[in-house]
Amino acid sequence: MESFQRVHGVAVPLDRPNVDTDQIIPKQYLKSIARSGFGPNLFDDWRYLDPGDVGDDHGKRRLNPDFVLNHEGYRGAQVLLARDNFGCGSSREHAPWALLDYGIRCIIAPSFADIFYGNCFKNGILPVALAAAEVDQLFAEVAAAPGCKIAVDLPAQTVTAPAGGVFRFAVDAALKERLLNGLDDIGLTLQHRGEIEKFEARRKAEAPWVFN
Amino acid sequence: MGTPRTLYDKLWDSHVVRVDDDGSALLYVDRQLVHEVTSPQAFEGLRLAGRRVWRAAASLAVPDHNVPTTGRGGGAAGIADPVSRIQVETLDRNCAEFGITEFTMDDSRQGIVHVIGPEQGATMPGMTIVCGDSHTSTHGALGALAFGIGTSEVEHVLATQCLRMKKSRSMRVTVSGATGPGVGAKDIILAVIAQIGTAGATGCTVEYAGEAIRALSMEGRFTVCNMSIEAGARAGIIAVDQTTIDYVRGRPFAPRGAVWESAVSAWRELASDEGAVFDHEVTVDAAAIKPQVSWGTSPEMTAPVDGVVPDPDAESDPVRRQSMTAALRYMDLRAGEAITAIGLDKVFIGSCTNGRIEDLRAAADQVRGRRVAGSIRLAMVVPGSGLVKRQAEEEGLDRVFTEAGFEWREPGCSMCLAMNADRLAPGERCASTSNRNFEGRQGRGGRTHLVSPVMAAAAAVAGHFVDTSAEG
Ligand code: SF4
Repeated sequence: MESFQRVHGVAVPLDRPNVDTDQIIPKQYLKSIARSGFGPNLFDDWRYLDPGDVGDDHGKRRLNPDFVLNHEGYRGAQVLLARDNFGCGSSREHAPWALLDYGIRCIIAPSFADIFYGNCFKNGILPVALAAAEVDQLFAEVAAAPGCKIAVDLPAQTVTAPAGGVFRFAVDAALKERLLNGLDDIGLTLQHRGEIEKFEARRKAEAPWVFN
Repeated sequence: MGTPRTLYDKLWDSHVVRVDDDGSALLYVDRQLVHEVTSPQAFEGLRLAGRRVWRAAASLAVPDHNVPTTGRGGGAAGIADPVSRIQVETLDRNCAEFGITEFTMDDSRQGIVHVIGPEQGATMPGMTIVCGDSHTSTHGALGALAFGIGTSEVEHVLATQCLRMKKSRSMRVTVSGATGPGVGAKDIILAVIAQIGTAGATGCTVEYAGEAIRALSMEGRFTVCNMSIEAGARAGIIAVDQTTIDYVRGRPFAPRGAVWESAVSAWRELASDEGAVFDHEVTVDAAAIKPQVSWGTSPEMTAPVDGVVPDPDAESDPVRRQSMTAALRYMDLRAGEAITAIGLDKVFIGSCTNGRIEDLRAAADQVRGRRVAGSIRLAMVVPGSGLVKRQAEEEGLDRVFTEAGFEWREPGCSMCLAMNADRLAPGERCASTSNRNFEGRQGRGGRTHLVSPVMAAAAAVAGHFVDTSAEG
């Protein structure tokens, strides 16, 4: 997994609450059996005027000029500013894959849906939950100067606003450690193989029906 | 006597393999359900790392999201959409390679993963159950800890039989009293979500309690737990009682003989202790719940059928006001419009929320001897599994539906998420028994109203929503 330390990048504001994973990556693209290549279809329904499907040449589709990701100043954005309950809905990991493939490394919102939040950490994306007022301020600063940059520092657990304000954020120590080092979860768990085997043997004795 | 524990505490405690210094636990997973959409990259990950599956018998696989609901004679090879076909064939190949039991597309037991798990007895009380699908919360109705995971976690469970996680907070939703006529499990859960909001249970495991929940059949309880995720919850659970035990008895994976007896006595412990403390408590009065209809693009945007489409201008919170306005624009509805005045183009009865036999019986009761309204372009019933379909046919329900003008289809997710050919055209309005009304969920530009099977069937006949509780 890609590790995450710091990002200093253009922030794109997506000003709506409850953005669900169907919106982040529509279901027709879930038929792919690969992990990459979802970037052109990030927010597909909002980004393009005509419908798209797997295998289409997305470069040929008409872009929706009203959608924020298509605005000139936000090209190459690495930070996504969002509202409450970002990433709700289906558990599809295609959502963080699409964000990452597009180039987003950090999402800042007042709150995230659980499964999506966890999925980000497994894919090298840092989700940052800030207080609603702080997120409001970031939205205002970005609206005032489209294309401005936000700095996110995971070791220091800080977000630096374009105007220089610094906000601290909380992050679970174990998740932070894994993201900083890009650690392989499975490898870490298998270090405890013996304990898992012991637990499994006990469970089999106590609840044999589970092993039907 | 120790401290009283919640049901969630008990399920959690009995599956902890180890706890790290930072408080995160390694949790043992008893059962993993696998489907074609969220598993290919997990199997690929195992192959790339040269890892084997820890316990193949823990997993049960079935293709459901992509499968067509008509013309199923040719099996996976007969799927017309080449991309869907590759995904289903990839599941077949992965299961064969890693030794995982799969109900393939032409198996009579095939169906939606959350319908077949309980139906087979593969998901049982007291288990930890995961699946790369957010509606895994369904299985919590059995008194099990069941939740959706992402593809990386699917791979992690396949390789280690464990998940690394922290315990979530707990919430108890007590639905007290009895529901009125024409009000069922779907109305209960929609009303709960409307009350607490789509993020109301974020980070929580919700236990549903109260007389109205106890009075539900297992089918109804699955419907309730299924939609826990729509309130942001990680999992939804219901304590084991006689209804649970009667449901599990005799199912293919269920234990028999002496093992059954010891299982039952273990399962009887699966309830929150008297005096157990929850982080949050919510109470809902069952008698006040009317049949529900969603009007917006989020499951919390739901109103009683005898109500009206709400007015965004009356909402004080600016973010909410803005999203209500956007929802009404997308749904092409006006504030103040009566819910019963909303006319429909399509009706979909099915999904892991409401594709079980009892749902089909309730819907059939509404249409028996009547006809689908001429204004409805398509009304379809998609049974949740092959066995549900067979049972319904034995009871003659298929004829009730087809004689009324419904299409009777093969089992799968179908128009719940429109990954196969079943979908709404832009602008089409649908009464749907599924669980999500997000923009484009049932097809780009499609407009979804979430309702119970009773409401969907009644709306098919009337052409618009009707107050099923007012019928005499
Ligand atoms: S029926 Fe719908 S919600 Fe249920 S598993 Fe299938 S797609 Fe998901």
